[in-house]
Amino acid sequence: MKLDARIPSGPVPQKWSACKRDLKLVAPNNKRKFEILVVGTGLAGSSAAATLAELGYRVKAFCLQDSPRRAHSVAAQGGINAAKNYQNDGDSVYRLFYDTIKGGDFRSREANVFRLAEVSVNIIDQCAAQGVPFAREYSGYLTNRSFGGAQVSRTFYARGQTGQQLLLGCYQAMLRQAHLGQVQIFPRTEMLDLVVVNGHAKGIVVRDLLTGKVSSHAGDAVVLATGGYTNVFYLSTSGRGSNVTAIWRAYKRGAAFANPCFTQIHPTCIPVSGDYQSKLTLMSESLRNDGRVWVPKKAGDKRPPAEIPESDRDYYLERLYPAYGNLAPRDISSRAAKRVCDEGRGVGPGGLGVYLDFSEAIRRLGRPVIAERYGNLFEMYEEITAENAYETPMRIYPAPHYAMGGLWVDYHLMSNLPGLFVIGEANFSDHGANRLGASALMQGLADGYFILPYTIGNYLATMKQPRPQPDAAEFRQSEAEVAATVKQLLAIRGRQTVRHYHKELGKILWEHCGMARNATGLQRALQQIPALREEFWHNVSVPGDDADLNQSLEQAGRVADFLELGELMCRDALARNESCGCHFREEFQTADGECQRNDAAFAHAACWEYRGAQQLPARHIEPLTFEEAHLAERSYK
Amino acid sequence: MNLKLRVWRQKNAATPGQFVEYHATDLNPNMSFLEMLDVVNEQIAARGEEPIAFDHDCREGICGACSCVINGEPHGPRDKVTTCQTYLRSFRDGDTVTIEPFRANAFPLIKDLVVDRTAFDRIIQAGGYISVGTGHPPDANSLPVPKPLADLAMDAAACIGCGACVAACKNASAMLFVAAKVSHLNLLPQGAPERDVRALAMVDQMDKEGFGGCTVTLSCEAVCPKGISASFIAKMNRDFLRAMLLNP
Repeated sequence: MKLDARIPSGPVPQKWSACKRDLKLVAPNNKRKFEILVVGTGLAGSSAAATLAELGYRVKAFCLQDSPRRAHSVAAQGGINAAKNYQNDGDSVYRLFYDTIKGGDFRSREANVFRLAEVSVNIIDQCAAQGVPFAREYSGYLTNRSFGGAQVSRTFYARGQTGQQLLLGCYQAMLRQAHLGQVQIFPRTEMLDLVVVNGHAKGIVVRDLLTGKVSSHAGDAVVLATGGYTNVFYLSTSGRGSNVTAIWRAYKRGAAFANPCFTQIHPTCIPVSGDYQSKLTLMSESLRNDGRVWVPKKAGDKRPPAEIPESDRDYYLERLYPAYGNLAPRDISSRAAKRVCDEGRGVGPGGLGVYLDFSEAIRRLGRPVIAERYGNLFEMYEEITAENAYETPMRIYPAPHYAMGGLWVDYHLMSNLPGLFVIGEANFSDHGANRLGASALMQGLADGYFILPYTIGNYLATMKQPRPQPDAAEFRQSEAEVAATVKQLLAIRGRQTVRHYHKELGKILWEHCGMARNATGLQRALQQIPALREEFWHNVSVPGDDADLNQSLEQAGRVADFLELGELMCRDALARNESCGCHFREEFQTADGECQRNDAAFAHAACWEYRGAQQLPARHIEPLTFEEAHLAERSYK
Repeated sequence: MNLKLRVWRQKNAATPGQFVEYHATDLNPNMSFLEMLDVVNEQIAARGEEPIAFDHDCREGICGACSCVINGEPHGPRDKVTTCQTYLRSFRDGDTVTIEPFRANAFPLIKDLVVDRTAFDRIIQAGGYISVGTGHPPDANSLPVPKPLADLAMDAAACIGCGACVAACKNASAMLFVAAKVSHLNLLPQGAPERDVRALAMVDQMDKEGFGGCTVTLSCEAVCPKGISASFIAKMNRDFLRAMLLNP
């Protein structure tokens, strides 16, 4: 497998300019001859579809949902980072770049991250011009707040609905192009295979979720913007429909899957309340601007929070990480929460929770200020828990939230399969082993608005691969395989529901490949998952048929892919004999329980190559070099 | 707690539907309404029957996918929440709960509780945007927007496009949905150059889709999970009238 990252030569800050200078262009009158397939309509997909269409390409956009506006980007609450330095607090492109590299524990690609920080400033301008109603000061100028892992205020936001407003911005831009006939939108359509012709990604096979019809679309390039896979854990903060299927099928067609074990467990989620639970709800990290995290000092202290005096409370983040305090990065905060709960100091039912307390902030600022900042989050918390966070501290616990791993891409955001571009959470490139808050929205829009539209032109201008007809043999064969899998799932007629297997897989992964991992547990999981998968294919029950909307069938296909991904995650976690960011291997920790990186052996991205169902995947590496941000111990103390 | 459910089951648009009764037992009041449907669906699936189809995704009240009429009210008994944010503590043990899809001519039924709301996308497509291409617009702070105006635009922009306003309206009017988008964009200076054409085009598309007219019963505002104010309808009417007069 050839993995050429195509990083331009020259100093890191000049690489993106150098790349743009050398890119081949497609003339305006030739752009309309190219057809680009964009799968997924979240921030990355919609912004890419809109921008490519504006440039003159013909675009087809596909999504699972009934409307592109419902992609799960919509649920991002807190904000989007940009190195605007509007607050005059010392921010700069370099600082955002460095914070992101350090936040990712030096396991991301330096050149990509610098470019991300560089274009971050354009995103805010673009979104403001689209009418995204960012929060403003009374002066009319934009305001900011702070997020974890940063000592500056660089996060722009629209109340607690930043993701929604940014998504509506690019959704509207995409629909404007649909109005102009440049984009064709296919809602309730699921990509079930990638079609590779002569080594180039040239199309997709999709299933119409309403009619069950399997059909092909041929294109000059395929863009996957299908989001992350943390639903592999069953319970996560992702939307229920979020899945790995599109990128997994691409992996099985030859695209490298990088760092699958890098999954982020977010520290501030509402704790699990029962076995029936279907998803976990995030409470925005922005709450840690004013909320203080604590647990009782003594294990087993069951007093209500109001009866625990200050002297018996342990504000453990402030104690352990005084420089960042409650705004320590997510991986660090999650692990600290797990540690205090493991010590028996957790609060709430089952002892799996810590307090996030606003009483000090309410005393300092008054309730109206807190309500203005976080009112909708407090309401949301109360809807779910029936508790009033103005009066009693919130209870929070970590939950799977984001996948830093994903398909491997080069500097052009193209995978090792020419013609296959992967953007947003679906790729692996920018967040290393841990993503900082408010950086996912930034990356999705950077990829879609400002990076892919440049780099894809270079591929189209140089590829010399005509677009095949959608009735070419490769498409026919792929369609037949997809239809056969659907038929097989419906024919099993076993005794357990799809959800049963999904839950079981989630339990295995949470226990052995979650916040803390060790070789013994991972090896056990590598026994359990194939056995569970085997049972699934013999004993799952998928009711209904293939001729109309069948949500059990959709879910069965996705869970079948999760059952394969889960194994690869464990394999990846087992091979990485170090701790970094969210990947915490208990064998590799410092005396005070922090991550012990091994830069000599593991300063690389692990890229997995599929070699058929009968053979183990091969592990390749892309070495990571650091010229601008020097490898250093990651400390927030 | 236990509930008796009367659920609208309909295989597809071509087959007549009917209410089917289910007994949901051993429920926890802290379950969400959709988690209760999940549990019922697991039992249905375990019998080898087809589970109740319903739209849902984020389960935190922001994607706008979920869309049940519960005991005659879109999104159920609580104010300012979606179906997925409705919890069983809003019901009493032993209650009978009737669950139907959002019904409107412009929202054709697909299956069980799932309807087709693509009409909303077509209305946005007609003019619900600011025509700025990706590129290098001026610095975001070069155009200050007074905070009260920005806040008001945000109030309108909070619409999640669920369609409860249509389901609640006796005329199946989409005025609140359309007014929210027209107001969000027309209030902002960035949206001002297109405000006439936007109001005209979106209202025109709304009519073409078969949504009814507004007779100001304000049922839309009452059920809106995001509390979008019906005063935006008045604002849109003003914009529309102005556009008609200036663009005869």
